[in-house]
Amino acid sequence: MAGLAGRMSTVFKSKISRMLDKSEDPGETLDYGYQKQVELLQNVKKGIADVVTSKKRLQMQSTKLEQQVVKLDTQARQAMSQGREDLARAALERKTVAQTELQSLDTQINELESQQEQLSANEKKLRTKIETFRTKKEVIKAQYSAAEAQVKISEAANGVGEEMADLGLAIQRAEDKTENMRARAGAVEELEAAGTFDDITQLGAGQDDIDRELAQMGTGSQVDDELAKMKAELGSGGGETPQLEQGQKEGA
Amino acid sequence: MIVRIAGEGQFRLPDEDAERLNELDNRAVAAVDSGDEAGFRELWREMLDLVKTDGQDLDGDDLAESDVILPPRDISFAEAKAEFTGEGLIPD
Repeated sequence: MAGLAGRMSTVFKSKISRMLDKSEDPGETLDYGYQKQVELLQNVKKGIADVVTSKKRLQMQSTKLEQQVVKLDTQARQAMSQGREDLARAALERKTVAQTELQSLDTQINELESQQEQLSANEKKLRTKIETFRTKKEVIKAQYSAAEAQVKISEAANGVGEEMADLGLAIQRAEDKTENMRARAGAVEELEAAGTFDDITQLGAGQDDIDRELAQMGTGSQVDDELAKMKAELGSGGGETPQLEQGQKEGA
Repeated sequence: MIVRIAGEGQFRLPDEDAERLNELDNRAVAAVDSGDEAGFRELWREMLDLVKTDGQDLDGDDLAESDVILPPRDISFAEAKAEFTGEGLIPD
């Protein structure tokens, strides 16, 4: 049992001991302990809020990637309809890479989501424990002699301290996780910007040749469409049409 | 016996389960020692299942300390190597 009981103990005990500054007066120790708990609860809240912020940032990245997938899909269709199979293929290749990235990102976001729920549930539990401690400390002050009180104080404070240390650890892990995800996303972005993955992973913002060519094709066919529409209108329209046509051209 | 699973709360476990948990823990240590990650994962899952199935979830009104603290569920094998050693990190 020695091994099992010792696991994780260093991590927890060092955190717990920092919470209790033992004073000669049990009443003081108790009040300090409670004050410290309330203070640390604020850190816990802030920690959870940070995890939520990181998660939101990742969700934004995911949305951006989703748009990229839709865009690449559209480009592929456009290219195909223009008989440019080579461009369609390139766009579809990029789309596949974006989809793979998106899937792994979404998996991680889901994981964070459930972690966040667990953190919030545990925060609620911690708040209850601190509240219990507050009630208990008045009872201890009123009912026990100084020597007895010290023992009771340690028990109660360690109980709260353990909960707090656990939650702190969980928040730390969640933060590390989002940090890793961000670092990875950042690294991929940098490589893309540098053009390292020219062929398949460059999902950048329309600066490369394929994007330009696709964009030109897009404008080209748009012009064709408008021309076709105008021709149709001219065919069936009355005497006012030439002026309207001129106005549209200037606006475009 | 009160067992905490890091990140998941405290559970009051019947005494007869303590022996079983300790046995699983010893085997987990052996698996980690021999670099058997799959074996460790299986034992680790069994340990968590045992605590969650047989244990009674303690609520926030209880200020009891845990007798045993188990690492977080998503522990990596590298972390397990540091945690699951013969004597724990520091023998009590």
